Amino acid sequence: MTSTAPGAPIEVLLIEDNADDAALTIRALERAKVHNRVRLAVTGAEALAMLRHEGPYAAEPRPDLILLDLNLPAKDGRQVLAEIKADEELRHIPVVVVTGSTASADVAESYRLHANAYVTKPIDTQEFIEAINSIEQFWLQIVRLP
Amino acid sequence: MDAGGVPIEILLVEDNPGDARLTREALRDAKVRNNLHVAADGVEALAFLRREGKHAAVPKPDLILLDLNLPKKDGREVLDEIKRDDRLRHIPVVILTTSQAERDIAESYRLRANAYVTKPVDLEQFLKVVRSIEHFWLEIVKLSRI
Repeated sequence: MTSTAPGAPIEVLLIEDNADDAALTIRALERAKVHNRVRLAVTGAEALAMLRHEGPYAAEPRPDLILLDLNLPAKDGRQVLAEIKADEELRHIPVVVVTGSTASADVAESYRLHANAYVTKPIDTQEFIEAINSIEQFWLQIVRLP
Repeated sequence: MDAGGVPIEILLVEDNPGDARLTREALRDAKVRNNLHVAADGVEALAFLRREGKHAAVPKPDLILLDLNLPKKDGREVLDEIKRDDRLRHIPVVILTTSQAERDIAESYRLRANAYVTKPVDLEQFLKVVRSIEHFWLEIVKLSRI
């Protein structure tokens, strides 16, 4: 039900510094029904450089969906979110916060900064994979992406 | 995931009684306890959200499902007013509309819709979409309940 033409993969930008969480997320998305391609940024600064096609990222595809961890090195996830949603060229891209934090202050702040959705990472591996599958089902199969 | 007990309050802004009834039916079977409130036009939706007049005692919704084509005040205008209001902007707004126009999709995300979903014409598909919204937003997402 997404607007992407058949064949053209949905581009997902995963911003995640934890290698285990990144590997689990990528593996879950590889098994998705909808053809997608995941790019990984491991710091906030790298993510913004990719989104703005800076330096070595000149040929980077513009993502259709962003999965953003909050606690990141070299520029915090909250700052990355604020910069994306203040940027006329980027603000339409849905950003799903996927984080270990369950703090109400982080949830409220993320929505105020215009996160499209806030999902807490379950600690249990199987539950984590199910959460990623649910994100994939809703955002890649049900939602119309811009 | 929500703490047990307190139901999730959902505001459906929908002028088509048939669609409103179907949405209510799909949400009635949800795993997560929820209360559905229906506003049939844009003016009533904003009065509900601002607790004006007869809406003085209504709960603040945790989630809004918003049709775009509404009488009295258009859904785009309702969305814009919600996302400009500091007391309301943290509430996720899922656009639920028959419009498949790229312009509506792009404009809705620019106006900070949290997600854009098109209503299938087929009854079974419609129920499936509402259940997907329910699964993602009530079971997976952490809502900001302030």
